Amino acid sequence: MSGTENQMTGAEIVLQALKDNGVEHIFGYPGGAVLPIYDEIHQQEDIQHILVRHEQGAGHMAEGYARSTGKVGVMLVTSGPGATNAVTPLQDALMDSIPLVCISGQVPTSLIGSDAFQECDTIGITRPCTKHNWLVRDVNDLARIIHEAFRIAQSGRPGPVVVDIPKDVQFATGTYTPPSAVPAQKSYQPKTQGDLKKIEEAVELMKTARRPIIYSGGGVVNSGPQASTLLRELVELTDFPITSTLMGLGAYPASGKNWLGMLGMHGTYEANMAMHDCDVMVCIGARFDDRITGRLNAFSPNSKKIHIDIDPSSINKNVRVDVPILGDVGSVLEDMVRLWRAAKKADDKARLADWWEGIVKWRARNSLAYAANDDVIMPQYAIQRLYELSKGRDTYITTEVGQHQMWAAQFFGFEQPNRWMTSGGLGTMGYGFPAAIGVQVAHPNSLVVDIAGDASIQMCIQEMSCAVQYGLPVKIFILNNQYMGMVRQWQQLLHGNRLSHSYTEAMPDFVKLAEAYGGVGIRCDKPSELDAAIRKMIDTPAPVIFDCRVANLANCFPMIPSGKAHNEMLLPDEATDEAVANAIDAKGRQLV
Amino acid sequence: MSAHLQPTGSAYFIAKETEVAETHTLSVLVDNEPGVLARVIGLFSGRGYNIESLTVSETEHAAHLSRITIVTRGTPHVLDQIKNQLERLVPVHRVVDLTVRAATLGHDRPVERELALVKVHGSGDQRVEALRLADAFRASVIDANIDHFVFEITGKPAKIEQFIAIMKPLGLIEVCRTGIAAMNRGPQGM
Repeated sequence: MSGTENQMTGAEIVLQALKDNGVEHIFGYPGGAVLPIYDEIHQQEDIQHILVRHEQGAGHMAEGYARSTGKVGVMLVTSGPGATNAVTPLQDALMDSIPLVCISGQVPTSLIGSDAFQECDTIGITRPCTKHNWLVRDVNDLARIIHEAFRIAQSGRPGPVVVDIPKDVQFATGTYTPPSAVPAQKSYQPKTQGDLKKIEEAVELMKTARRPIIYSGGGVVNSGPQASTLLRELVELTDFPITSTLMGLGAYPASGKNWLGMLGMHGTYEANMAMHDCDVMVCIGARFDDRITGRLNAFSPNSKKIHIDIDPSSINKNVRVDVPILGDVGSVLEDMVRLWRAAKKADDKARLADWWEGIVKWRARNSLAYAANDDVIMPQYAIQRLYELSKGRDTYITTEVGQHQMWAAQFFGFEQPNRWMTSGGLGTMGYGFPAAIGVQVAHPNSLVVDIAGDASIQMCIQEMSCAVQYGLPVKIFILNNQYMGMVRQWQQLLHGNRLSHSYTEAMPDFVKLAEAYGGVGIRCDKPSELDAAIRKMIDTPAPVIFDCRVANLANCFPMIPSGKAHNEMLLPDEATDEAVANAIDAKGRQLV
Repeated sequence: MSAHLQPTGSAYFIAKETEVAETHTLSVLVDNEPGVLARVIGLFSGRGYNIESLTVSETEHAAHLSRITIVTRGTPHVLDQIKNQLERLVPVHRVVDLTVRAATLGHDRPVERELALVKVHGSGDQRVEALRLADAFRASVIDANIDHFVFEITGKPAKIEQFIAIMKPLGLIEVCRTGIAAMNRGPQGM
């Protein structure tokens, strides 16, 4: 530092601002345009930098870190390719509402616009995949902008932001202002307190409901642990059945008696039937995504819908609702629980008796059933065993994207929020492994398992090197069926079983691959040996790639085929080859 | 831009849109910072909303605030979405649907004005006729030579459309329009 106390170089300001915003870990990759910041990282010990092997990995690690801790994840990349490689995790974080601060280097201001080496229009490229982004042209704005970036990333509906810092600004000397000295912007002021009138209206509706359902989502997890506690309390008080989106798993415990399982395209029969037939739907921190609703004009046709969301643009976007409540889930639930307690009536249980009787019948349909096999490991069985054998441990699960992801959601029971990290909105293959590394950095003594597919894992496999470097004992549990299973399933449904490029012919030897990186490889292809192999994986204090050879042609059911409604599910026992081939009509074929 | 609007870009939404599209004028108060217009325009193109007219200029210098006026077309549901999406942008301070506001104030529509420069080339009777009509439309001549005029005309968009149509057979060369500037009647601000 030179001159007065608050005079620092831009690079020093970056480090100081990160510290003052509570950052302990950052994930990044150096390059020409961020060297001054890396030089500062080298000269301090408060913030640990995790060196990744690809900037996409840095982003997903920061996402896993953020989602498992509730803190903001931070990534650091260089200009040009460093920034463009960050685009996928930024969009992923945008769609799944993950607070992420990405600091990128930029060519010196004098070279911007000259097609300089490793120059790209980072702000232009990342504008649609961030909540907001800044190009810092003056070192005296740098501290304020980084503090604003942290505020915007975690306030309202959380999301990613980018701060692009030209190299000359990193070298220049300017004044540092601490976070407390930076007033919040006047423009972005998300509303967190729900309108009490609307909440009263919602409670009135809920009181008279005969076939109610709670449909919760990732917003409950994002709102913080208190929101999950309140959600559980609300379910307990009302005795309403509850289902959740993929992103919301764990907010209500899978062992809870009112739990229906996940809903949507691969959700349970009872969850989807209850959504279809309900008379009052309480949507809490979810956004009526297309994977959830199925055919929109047949979505829960006879229900009054209550929607709690902090993002006004989520309300009435896909589905028109009757009682919109704008606010933070935690805050609204607090009011809702209080009002419900004040208004509680005695005949609650009797009022819902018929509804529960129906649900019990749907549950008995056992929609997640699969044919057990003594010779081949069924993928569902593998997840069930992993779940049973990791019970009682401090476990975090991440996934890649595809069939394995849906099986994990169906068969792994989550009891707590922030334990389940998956790419829901964007569906990013390659998410799970780096995310698991980010989780492990935040929780070094916990069991962190990436449930993977053989195709997805190869998209960010290079991060094995990162896991080994930092001694992060992440477990990769690959359900290896040698196919891009979900692609193949859709080709069977839509394209006459013509399996165009969904079979991987030259699969690497995952055991040798693990060993090549300095990790441990385990292979298992017999159901009888699976438990011992999983135990060995859990007990290994090093990164493990577990090559679990599963039934190659198993498909993921139940499924709501494209263009169908919740009550038109394809159930596992009905999914014959013929039913699969004819499940989707010409109109549905165009859909994603 | 797309004439038929789906509620979102997902192919899942095959429910028919039964509402009728309306044209609305929005006023958006934003921080005057680099890239703010790109954010607004990117939002419209990225989500498939229409822009029929757009004007922007700094209106409060001390506070660095700009006012963007957008004329857009969509069903009431889509118009609501546009407003909500705009309000989500960090540099956006306020979004007012002037058309909705006008209705609540009991007016037909907000005050909407546009300026156009219209260049006409011609000689003899054609030239006289162009000048005579310009006078009738209260357009003023801001540049002229022996064989051309540049007219400046302000007014409602319909009036300008009409003027341009009339000038077409009289030797219309080129037109430049500002887009619509708009505000509501009455003493209240946006």
